Amino acid sequence: MRFWRKAIAITWKDVLSEMRTREIVFSVLVFTFLVIVTFNFAFGNNPGTMELVAAGMLWVTFAFAGILSLNRAFVAEKEEGCLEGLMVCPVSREVIYVGKMLGSLLFMLVIEAIALPIFAFLFNLSLSLQLIIITVLTTIGFVAVGTIFSALAVNTRAREMILPILFLPIVAPIIIGAVEASKLALSGESWGAMATWLQIIGAFDAIFLGVSFLVFAFVIEE
Amino acid sequence: MENRKTNNRWLLGLSLVLMIAALYLIFLYVPTEETMGVVQRIFYFHVPLAWVSFLAFFVVFLGSILYLWKRNSKWDILASSSAEVGAVFTTLFLITGSIWAKPIWGAWWTWSPRLTTAMILWLIYLAYLLVRAYASDDQRGARFAAIVGIIGFIDVPIVALAITLWRTQHPGPVVFQGGLAPPMLLTLLVSLAAFTALYLILVTQVAGLKKDRDEVMRLKELLR
Repeated sequence: MRFWRKAIAITWKDVLSEMRTREIVFSVLVFTFLVIVTFNFAFGNNPGTMELVAAGMLWVTFAFAGILSLNRAFVAEKEEGCLEGLMVCPVSREVIYVGKMLGSLLFMLVIEAIALPIFAFLFNLSLSLQLIIITVLTTIGFVAVGTIFSALAVNTRAREMILPILFLPIVAPIIIGAVEASKLALSGESWGAMATWLQIIGAFDAIFLGVSFLVFAFVIEE
Repeated sequence: MENRKTNNRWLLGLSLVLMIAALYLIFLYVPTEETMGVVQRIFYFHVPLAWVSFLAFFVVFLGSILYLWKRNSKWDILASSSAEVGAVFTTLFLITGSIWAKPIWGAWWTWSPRLTTAMILWLIYLAYLLVRAYASDDQRGARFAAIVGIIGFIDVPIVALAITLWRTQHPGPVVFQGGLAPPMLLTLLVSLAAFTALYLILVTQVAGLKKDRDEVMRLKELLR
């Protein structure tokens, strides 16, 4: 229990700082909107084309938005020396990982909660409970590996360049799963039809939450 | 130092003999495949290259775990040397596959599961090398690269699974279905051994260079 209290204290710190600086959620939302609009130029708004590409567009947009917001997750920690502060705190490295991960998850979910209806509205698609579950599950996978890569990237010389290079190949399996499952969800299929994809996303989440939890301590030691 | 040299000489001799044997078998001994014709011979290069790519990645994974655990730089040198050699082999493996695919499938590249998995593997290798290159200092680079090595290795089977479910239309592996004629199997096995020996030589060579570089850096620090 103490573990979670400490982790949530770190998450709360991120939420407070976000409410005061408004660095992540608002700017990433604007970016997401722009990506959606740009996709419209690429594919037109033919309903037939939309059926084919909507799921793919959605996940490319969210993957880019994820990279953008995860890139910011450790910048303030690094620049203001907050990471040192956290490391001096009597909490384990795992607590820091869980706290930061929950913070990023929360920001991404807020962004998606606003972007998803906008997306459905602009392209005349219907949102379903299935699509929402797919989005939440995939986002967990994104932030599970994203948090560790973000902490790593912020300590390299090329910072913003490193995160996408690490992040995109690793999340390939859940992008595939999310796109395929969303395609089925958008065309109104049942849960059974997308079970395989949900299992892949779920397995990815479980494996990488575990692995990241175990290796995070090696990223921020010094 | 002396020990390394003798080991290398021994490996070099072995690899030379195997390589010549493999070339003889591939170009003179083995019969030309009936339907695909002469281009099928690239298979004896392609499969060993693929095997070494995955073997090298497994060595990266082991080296990365041991480095994070023991903090002995020799494990990092092993992992990073294996990654450098593995990246070259993966590149060659993708290129030989394309050369084969053009006359047989009619396209240089298809997004079939194995090709796509190979490409993701190649991209993870690149990420591993880039993280190391961009780290602000060597120790940090070693630590970060080890994390990428571990996460990347665990990721590859999931990638393969997801992509296979996504695109199931690839010719199955002939080797394991007993569909390979004995002369072809022999050629493949010799070629596999030859490329594995080549991999071992290259890794010891690269690792030796890295060790020497570290030693020179250490001496340079002492002289300052």
